[in-house]
Amino acid sequence: MAPARYVGDLLFSFARYLGDLSLLAAETIRGIFHGQVRFRLVIQQIYEVGYRSQLVVLITGAFTGAVFATQTYFQFARLQMDTAVGPVVSVSMFRELGPVLCGLMVAGRVGAAMSAELGTMKVTEQLDALRALAVHPVDYLVIPRFLAMLVSMPLLVAECIAVGILAAYLLTTQVLGVSETYYVHNMLHFTGGRDVAMGLIKGMVFGIVIVFVSCHQGLSAREGAVGVGRATTEAVVIGSLFILIVNFLLTMTLNIFFPAGV
Amino acid sequence: MTGHATPREVIQVDTLVQTLGGQEILRGFSLKVYQGETLVLLGRSGGGKSVFLRHLIGLIQPVSGTVFVYGQNVSALNERALTPVRRSMGMLFQNGALFDSMNVADNVAFPLRERGETDEEIIAQKVQTALRMVDLHGQQNKMPANLSGGMRKRVALARALVVEPRCMLYDEPTAGLDPIVADSIDVLIRRLQRKLGVTSIVVTHDMKSTFAIADHVALLHEGRCYFYGTCDQLRASTDPVIRDFVEGRSHEEP
Repeated sequence: MAPARYVGDLLFSFARYLGDLSLLAAETIRGIFHGQVRFRLVIQQIYEVGYRSQLVVLITGAFTGAVFATQTYFQFARLQMDTAVGPVVSVSMFRELGPVLCGLMVAGRVGAAMSAELGTMKVTEQLDALRALAVHPVDYLVIPRFLAMLVSMPLLVAECIAVGILAAYLLTTQVLGVSETYYVHNMLHFTGGRDVAMGLIKGMVFGIVIVFVSCHQGLSAREGAVGVGRATTEAVVIGSLFILIVNFLLTMTLNIFFPAGV
Repeated sequence: MTGHATPREVIQVDTLVQTLGGQEILRGFSLKVYQGETLVLLGRSGGGKSVFLRHLIGLIQPVSGTVFVYGQNVSALNERALTPVRRSMGMLFQNGALFDSMNVADNVAFPLRERGETDEEIIAQKVQTALRMVDLHGQQNKMPANLSGGMRKRVALARALVVEPRCMLYDEPTAGLDPIVADSIDVLIRRLQRKLGVTSIVVTHDMKSTFAIADHVALLHEGRCYFYGTCDQLRASTDPVIRDFVEGRSHEEP
């Protein structure tokens, strides 16, 4: 009986957690429709979330593209298919590597910061002070972060993908000696708007996942410094795992609307 | 009959029950606060005074019992519906609860901006007036991290007062302050009551401050209202619990 109960408890608490996240999302949307958007804070958050995440995302994109191109080249070269490195890299970057790796990096960098900031505000009574001053914490803290992420994440993903493809191109054509013309021609031939759409949609969804997971962890932080630490760790862990799981579900569904191939 | 014959109740709390961490903190606490008066709530540390205060502004929902503030059942309102009640009240938190990402001026200006004031000149002027009231004029640009505990508390007081609330809740306003500043806070509470008719509820265990400001005193003991009366009645009481509290006796041998 014990294992069954354990699994049952686990499923129940997972369902409740998803419920909490949904309530937070619903409150956020409700706040937006109530006109509770503070544009100054949205801009400030775009700077924090988007602008300042660029270096991390660019480095991630560049090295992922380069490594992936190298691996693909050494496999494909044996089959005389080295000009196929272009499309393989670009389609993979658009559909999977760009959004997922960018999402994971942002979950680490931004998600941790969000939950730590909100968690600290919670344990130092700043959230209660907001409420006592008749300001809804979701309106003041979550909505700007949510909107900022909605704007920033597709752009970050786009940057990550672009740099990855550029790095792969430079490495394959300049170092490994693949023909530039064939590389570019094949890449453009096999990559289309469907791949771009998939990458950007995924990026946006991951951004939403990161915001709600991190803000929820921060807003429900307890017991001082230890609680904030725990909330931050969990925000990164849960955020990253959710990105991987949601990515799988998105790949399955989005392939119906944006099928791969020519 | 005129409305002035009997003082109007601003706050009416009935058989409030609250548990925290499995422990029953409030066990049927009832209290009335009248328009324009200063009520001091006494009680031991950890006795539930601050918890009680949080109910009045809807920060905590009771396990059972009702809390009426300005005729509204605060315990039945959701977060967004509480906005009008909260806008008529101000709360001073025990540690100030300043926003640590903003400087003093922005902290004090926060409620003004949130209520739609956009004229920066008016904001600066009101901030200046509020800071002058708590004797912190000229500290506008300091960050909360660079202030002492007492200064933080006074900035928080300025932040609560800048929007001119009808009712103020003070959570240990004089704890941790030097006696001179503590006295000036007492004077300020009195002045707000006289000049603006602000209703105040002060949670404290500072007896000197109690006798200086209270119209009514309530003693929270073991989760219930153990005593309610005027300062004179408190002084005259022969009840051992009240006497121990007023005279600060622990009955422990040295």
